[in-house]
Amino acid sequence: MTRTLRRVPGYAFLTIAALVSVFPLYFMVISATNTSQDVLSSRLLPGAHLIENFMALVGSQDVASAMYWSAVNAIATTVLALVICSIAGYGFEIFHSRGKDRLMGILLLAMMIPFAATMIPLFQMFAEMDLVNSTIAVILPAIATPFLILLFRQASRSFPHEIIEAARIDGLGELSIFFRIYLPTMRSTYAAAAVITFMAAWNNFLWPKVILVSNTYQTMPMLISNLRAGYVTDYGVLMLAVLLASLPAVVVFLALQRSFADGITGAIK
Amino acid sequence: MAGPLIAGRYRGSVRPFSAAGRNTQLSVTVTAGRPEPASPAGAATPRRRPGFRSEQRRNLTGWVFLIPAALLIAWMNFWPMIQAFFLSLQTGRGTRLTWAEPLWYNYARLFSDEIFLLTLQNTFVYLIIQVPIMLVLALILANLLNDRNLRFRGLWRTAIFLPCAVGLVSYSLVFRTMFANDGLINDILMGLHLIDSPVNWLGQTGTARFVIILGLLWRWTGYNMVFYLAALQNIDNATIEAARIDGAGPFKTFWYVTVPQLKPMILLTAIMSTNGTIQLFDESWNLTQGGPAYTSMTMSHYLYELSFQKNPNFGYAAALSYAILLIVAILAAIQMKVGDKRD
Repeated sequence: MTRTLRRVPGYAFLTIAALVSVFPLYFMVISATNTSQDVLSSRLLPGAHLIENFMALVGSQDVASAMYWSAVNAIATTVLALVICSIAGYGFEIFHSRGKDRLMGILLLAMMIPFAATMIPLFQMFAEMDLVNSTIAVILPAIATPFLILLFRQASRSFPHEIIEAARIDGLGELSIFFRIYLPTMRSTYAAAAVITFMAAWNNFLWPKVILVSNTYQTMPMLISNLRAGYVTDYGVLMLAVLLASLPAVVVFLALQRSFADGITGAIK
Repeated sequence: MAGPLIAGRYRGSVRPFSAAGRNTQLSVTVTAGRPEPASPAGAATPRRRPGFRSEQRRNLTGWVFLIPAALLIAWMNFWPMIQAFFLSLQTGRGTRLTWAEPLWYNYARLFSDEIFLLTLQNTFVYLIIQVPIMLVLALILANLLNDRNLRFRGLWRTAIFLPCAVGLVSYSLVFRTMFANDGLINDILMGLHLIDSPVNWLGQTGTARFVIILGLLWRWTGYNMVFYLAALQNIDNATIEAARIDGAGPFKTFWYVTVPQLKPMILLTAIMSTNGTIQLFDESWNLTQGGPAYTSMTMSHYLYELSFQKNPNFGYAAALSYAILLIVAILAAIQMKVGDKRD
């Protein structure tokens, strides 16, 4: 009895934290189905205006195009980042040497460089290469991140070296060992890295805003941010747009969250 | 070790990435450079020293694996950072830039730029209030969730982490809607008779900053919690049980046993959060638009204004970006010093 009682504050705290965490999302979903008037009169029940809001949104904004470009950017970034950073993390750990340790130390310094400090020269660089408004310019700075390399290097520590030796004896090349043995066994690390990268790339705002000068290639975060800047805000339509912009990243997270937690735990040892 | 045997089979079956000739040459050069080689014949005919050669080749393979990532980071991070420094020594509008006179002109200008000083102050207000509260909350939540007898652990964890899956622009707009003049929060507070008339949350300095801090807490607490949870799982539970048996209460156990073991992770999250807060942009842009009168604007927001709005001034903006870089570096150095001291 006393044991149960002692747990009450803990449960109460968790309940409040969970409610506060979920409430704005509930508000967003509910408001997407209500008229602007309903949103402002704080209606917290689902309404019947979802389709109406959707039509108004699609009628005024090219949502399909923004979704498409967001998806292209996020998927391309995730795939390339996973390949390049995992192979690097693997290289640092499996082919360990003092020189590589030093290089890793230098690369980690890049983690401390604020994006603000590289943004203007990056813009100039891509402008000189005539790559403003291009997908390449959006994804290139996001592919190699010290954080992901570190994640893979740490996770590789637990990868048994005997397996690699055995594979070498069996005559497998180093690249095949990486792709056929390492990659499938490290699934949870890849899931964690994929969740982190996809969420960051999908939600990235500042850099796409800088480099995608033309509205033709605008992404979902840019689209909803521009909705806000309109003269009259229709809150129902706005919340629906925000919901659409948030959904893919949330779905990816929920689908991979188990492996995500395992991957993070595996890397922090 | 079974070096020669493995290496022999390895050599026979694997095609290296680079041309074999170049590889041989490299290994010979390296061998010659070392004072140690035992038999002179070994250096001349690498065939007789397969173990050594395969080690070299493996080391090389390792470098090949690193090169794409290392080059990209150099190209996309270090190189622009160096360029930004030279840019910060130049003045002029648009692309017509000349060296500033004196060279540090842009930096000197920062100190008399009232808007910059204001955004600096705003950013530090966010940093000093939000980061400690968030990290303490995250620690408490992680500690609660680490309890094996807790029910619905997965559910709590998912709910509290969920805000992190939502984009910064998205949540900024949701908060903007909730804190609108005629929005939900005012309705609730008035319904509870806590206020008589609607509060203009985003139109006043204090409340605008408050809403941004609230938003940051909402968005990032769960994120940090996940890192603590992961670290907690690697703590030996016996240390906690031992403290309990010795009669320490849950608070003492938490403070004297758990927290010290989490120190590296606390340091990491503190540095990450500081770094992120100094670079805040999306919230300032979307939630408050920096207003009223710049009093909730962050440094990165101001940087964006200087760089890409009205009359772009890349040189001055680059100087501002170096100020941000410097602040991040100094704060990280301080945190690492403090983090080390308690050992």
